[in-house]
Amino acid sequence: MDTNTLQKKANKLRADVLQAVTNANSGHPGGALGMADVWTVLHYKYLNDRPDQPRWEDRDRFILSNGHTCPLLYAVLADKGYFDSSELDHLRELGALLQGHPSTAKGTPGVEFSSGSLGHGLSFSGGVALAGKLDGRTYKTYVSISDAECQEGQTWEAAGVASHKKLGNLCAIVDYNDSQIDGKVSEIQDVAPIKNKWESFGWNVIEIDGHDYNEIDGALQEFNESEDPDGLPTVIISHNVIGKGVSFMEGDYHWHHGVLTPEQLEQAFSELGVS
Amino acid sequence: MAHISPTYKLLKIDEKSFLVFYLTNQGEEVYVSTLVKQREEKVKTRDAYGEVLPRIGEKDEDIVVLTADLAGSTRTKYFAEEFPERFFNVGITEANMMGMAAGLAMEGKKPFVSTFSIFATGKPWEQIRQTIAYQSAPVRIVATHAGLTVGEDGASHQILEDISLMRVLPNMKVIVPADSTQTKAVIERIGKDLSGPVYVRLARAGFPVVYEDCDFEIGKAEVLTEGSDLTIFATGLMVANSLDAADDLADQGISAEVVNVSTIKPLDVDTVLESVEKTGRALTVEEHNVIGGLGSAVSEVVSEGHPVPLKRVGVEDRFGESGPAYELIEHFGLTSDRIAEEGESLLDGEL
Repeated sequence: MDTNTLQKKANKLRADVLQAVTNANSGHPGGALGMADVWTVLHYKYLNDRPDQPRWEDRDRFILSNGHTCPLLYAVLADKGYFDSSELDHLRELGALLQGHPSTAKGTPGVEFSSGSLGHGLSFSGGVALAGKLDGRTYKTYVSISDAECQEGQTWEAAGVASHKKLGNLCAIVDYNDSQIDGKVSEIQDVAPIKNKWESFGWNVIEIDGHDYNEIDGALQEFNESEDPDGLPTVIISHNVIGKGVSFMEGDYHWHHGVLTPEQLEQAFSELGVS
Repeated sequence: MAHISPTYKLLKIDEKSFLVFYLTNQGEEVYVSTLVKQREEKVKTRDAYGEVLPRIGEKDEDIVVLTADLAGSTRTKYFAEEFPERFFNVGITEANMMGMAAGLAMEGKKPFVSTFSIFATGKPWEQIRQTIAYQSAPVRIVATHAGLTVGEDGASHQILEDISLMRVLPNMKVIVPADSTQTKAVIERIGKDLSGPVYVRLARAGFPVVYEDCDFEIGKAEVLTEGSDLTIFATGLMVANSLDAADDLADQGISAEVVNVSTIKPLDVDTVLESVEKTGRALTVEEHNVIGGLGSAVSEVVSEGHPVPLKRVGVEDRFGESGPAYELIEHFGLTSDRIAEEGESLLDGEL
């Protein structure tokens, strides 16, 4: 896929997120929109998976730690054919395949991890990456975490252990959008200097503009081509804009969660170029 | 010795040979354990764990072991010495360790996770809930240093709430071996395939050996002495003390049935109810807070299924303190004398 096609795909996913959250009348659209560009390149260009075989043993693992952004994961999985896209219309309903936060208990195809409580994903991913090394498998483990999850102590426990145990097959992608429920991360409890922190914990750090497709591609290519499973784990710090692609949502932490009015949804679709 | 199933019924306990016989579903007579005649020797359950873990590890390459800077104390160091490539000391990162174990389990490994019970159940409880119990990840949480018998380290380390904390989690199984022999049988059993997570409670101090040898199946409570006047439901170290108490009661002409409730969840409801239907009185005994543990579990099924006078012996909703292990057992009223006393009072109707 060329960049233009990927960008269109990202905007389609953004529209799916907004439609699903609007239907559900609750959810977290802001972060999902901000991560859409990075995720699109990852999921459509790099991630080695088989949607018709969700548990294929050699698939690259994609683990979502900041689980509240799951509408984006569901949009990707539906688009790839893991399940019927009509499931998106039932997000958060009683008995739905698509739970408010990702759930392996519901058996949602493509969901690798039950998240929703912040700070857990990096540890779990460390276990998944370690299992891959023990079994001599070449799959890579990607984990999405948020900047505010870098406030959680467990994230740093996991970061230290992953580098000490040489999990070179592990790649964390930090959604650095400076937003959390109560306000800006930098004002509530700053995580800066984030690059230095990850470096001092023994990680290979790549910092990118999460909306620049050349930078996104370069970062994912660098990790993907690293052949040493005993090397340093990699973290891609992705500077994202919350609500990216929709003018009235961009940069506003209030869209961490929230629902668009029908008029807002119409405007958003128009700005995203999706009918 | 036969492999016991939760549906087998107690047939008899041979008074001379101390063999415990069960009746299979097909009506076949099998013996499942041999009791020790004189309970004098004390062996640490964590030593038994350390001994058996490498033995199951050599037969199954999926077994991996994690600890948080307590390889020596939990005796997992013996596994580490034989299988260093499958042993992971993750430092003092208990929350992270539980998450990693979940990841390993979801990928088909059989992780054993060991640290002190307070750090295995209390500190990372929410990690266990979210990534282990909710995902039904077959993680084997085998914790040592539970209960008062931690001894001198005092209340910070003497968790008396762990059974309660684990029992409340959906999908979680809770096992408390009575002694070192049963510990080995438990570890061998949980080394096999499991549908979900399990918590095993071990201790620091030596426990009197109750079993010469035994089989173990998850969810089967075992009647160790038959009686007609009251049932003593005991778990862990309190099984030995309850057997002693039953001997004392017998001298007074009181017939006590002692049931080793080694699996607290899922509770062997049939065995519990059949026993109280026969004896009409129940005493629960545990080295744990009387709230939320064995006493609560038995009370729940007895009050719903066959209400009888019941009394709980345990630690009365308080923290422990420093002291030698068995002095603490005496101080907190968990001796055989106390158990016998409470049994007598149940018969007197002094509730």
